[in-house]
Amino acid sequence: MKTFGGPALFLDRSDINTDEIIPAKYLTEITKKDLKPYILEDLKLPGFDPKSDTCRNARVIVSRGNFGCGSSREHAPWVFEVNGITAVIAGSFARIFRQNMFNCGMAAIEFSPQQLDLLFSFAGHDDVVIDLDIQLRTGVIRGGGREERFGFELAPFDQALVAAGGWVDYADGKY
Amino acid sequence: MGMTTAEKIFASHVIDEPFPGTRVLRLDVVMCHEITTPIAIADLMARGKDRVFDTSRIKAVIDHVTPSKDTKTATQAKILREWAHRHAIKDFFDVGANGVCHALFPEKGFIRPGYTVIMGDSHTCTHGAFGAFAAGVGTTDLEVGILKGVCAFREPRSIRFNLTGTLQKGVYAKDVILHLISLIGVNGATDRVMEFGGDLVASMSMESRMTLCNMAIEAGGTSGICMPDMVTVEYLWPFISGEFATKEDALAEYSKWCSDADAVYDKIMEIDVTTLEPVATYGYKPDLVKTVVELAGTPVDQVYIGSCTNGRLEDLRIAAAILKGRKIAPSVRGILSPATPQIYKDALHEGIIEIFMDAGFCVTNPTCGACLGMSTGVLAEGESCASTTNRNFMGRMGKGGMVHLMSPATSAATAIEGVIADPRKYL
Repeated sequence: MKTFGGPALFLDRSDINTDEIIPAKYLTEITKKDLKPYILEDLKLPGFDPKSDTCRNARVIVSRGNFGCGSSREHAPWVFEVNGITAVIAGSFARIFRQNMFNCGMAAIEFSPQQLDLLFSFAGHDDVVIDLDIQLRTGVIRGGGREERFGFELAPFDQALVAAGGWVDYADGKY
Repeated sequence: MGMTTAEKIFASHVIDEPFPGTRVLRLDVVMCHEITTPIAIADLMARGKDRVFDTSRIKAVIDHVTPSKDTKTATQAKILREWAHRHAIKDFFDVGANGVCHALFPEKGFIRPGYTVIMGDSHTCTHGAFGAFAAGVGTTDLEVGILKGVCAFREPRSIRFNLTGTLQKGVYAKDVILHLISLIGVNGATDRVMEFGGDLVASMSMESRMTLCNMAIEAGGTSGICMPDMVTVEYLWPFISGEFATKEDALAEYSKWCSDADAVYDKIMEIDVTTLEPVATYGYKPDLVKTVVELAGTPVDQVYIGSCTNGRLEDLRIAAAILKGRKIAPSVRGILSPATPQIYKDALHEGIIEIFMDAGFCVTNPTCGACLGMSTGVLAEGESCASTTNRNFMGRMGKGGMVHLMSPATSAATAIEGVIADPRKYL
């Protein structure tokens, strides 16, 4: 089973939409890798710079409620994928974005408000790393000299999609 | 125990339940456009699986940027065009015949009560107006839909909106759906079907029902759904008259998809629209809604009438009734995009296009372009647009631009005054 993890990027706002993740004007690209420079280009958050090393080096995103709302564009998970981000942890997800993540073999993990607050308590440090074990549904967050362990839930179907490497491989063999 | 429309559709289309809570459904219609489909086509080709599950159940259109504006968009159109020809997709709509997908496909009679419909486009929920389960999906779901004719969904739990009362003059379906979204929030219906019923919906045209269902996604909803009735049958009659001896027969058949009286809902909301006023959005989320009276005087640089939400003939008629004999403010750029060629032609015949042009509007071809800031009406930084579209995220119609969502009537009044304006004084 694939493991996910690495430097964390904290985006402390709810309702981050797919236009902010990848503006529509870049939807004319026809390969995933061409999306790479435009990650989170239109997201306006205090202290956030999409060109910063924190954003460029991130492997896991931590955010609040209704992450990925708006358009159905799978370019949003793809722009994460080509930048090395393979998991998003949030309070909740918009349905299409969440499904797109798992369909691509990536993870969209819902956390309770308490669990999220625990993760966000690390947000001030620039060395925060999150490691996730999708099979065991456990994780660990380290940073600022602290470490916390946590568990999470994943629907069996979503877990199966990650294991299969995505929906095309899963469905093609089965239907 | 009774069932909702969505539950009935799921029960009749499920082919697998790989895990509790996950249903794999057989699809009746898979719709494709040139923005989200080319990468699915490329992936299928790379996998050596450049096939389609059914050439008649797949519909395709070039609509987001059309005619192509540059090499990249021309390439996207070319990929879709060549794929459609290669697989002999019968219902493929190219330049000259193309229009906004969620207006064009219903107009062609492709959507029927009880259908399952997907498209790589979030506003696919529009088609629930016909009593169908219609959901926007990403490119991977679309790709599997094209190849296998199936898609996986979670259980279809529904929220019922009982809409009653009478709409005041100057208040339309757009005001109703903006009001509902403001009540439940932008994630108030996530993973839920928004089922619209009650006397008000029964009295609505299919166009108005499509406006309602179109914005279900703006509250996170998977699909909008209205109950099929005689209004649905009348709309579809040119396409189904060969299947049924009488309209009553069609109604009897389609009525079986209606939710049962004892169906179970996640939530039931009773909403009397009688006191509802014209409304518009004021921020960067569709649930930030105020009355037009409160927002009156807010300046705008552009007014856009069109899109899958409000670019249909009914919408154009409403706006034209206000614009007739008047001029738009010199400070405003007015843009009209009739959503399909048929709507464009009907509007020409009715003199609507002339009214818009005499008022100072630019009339563009049918396209999604301006709604998502891709073409034919992109905003500059710091500009704002009064728009009949569905999404007001920051930069949606152009980087640094702002969008005020509103009805065609309010848009027309706003065009005349150059500031957000109450349409009731012109009616």
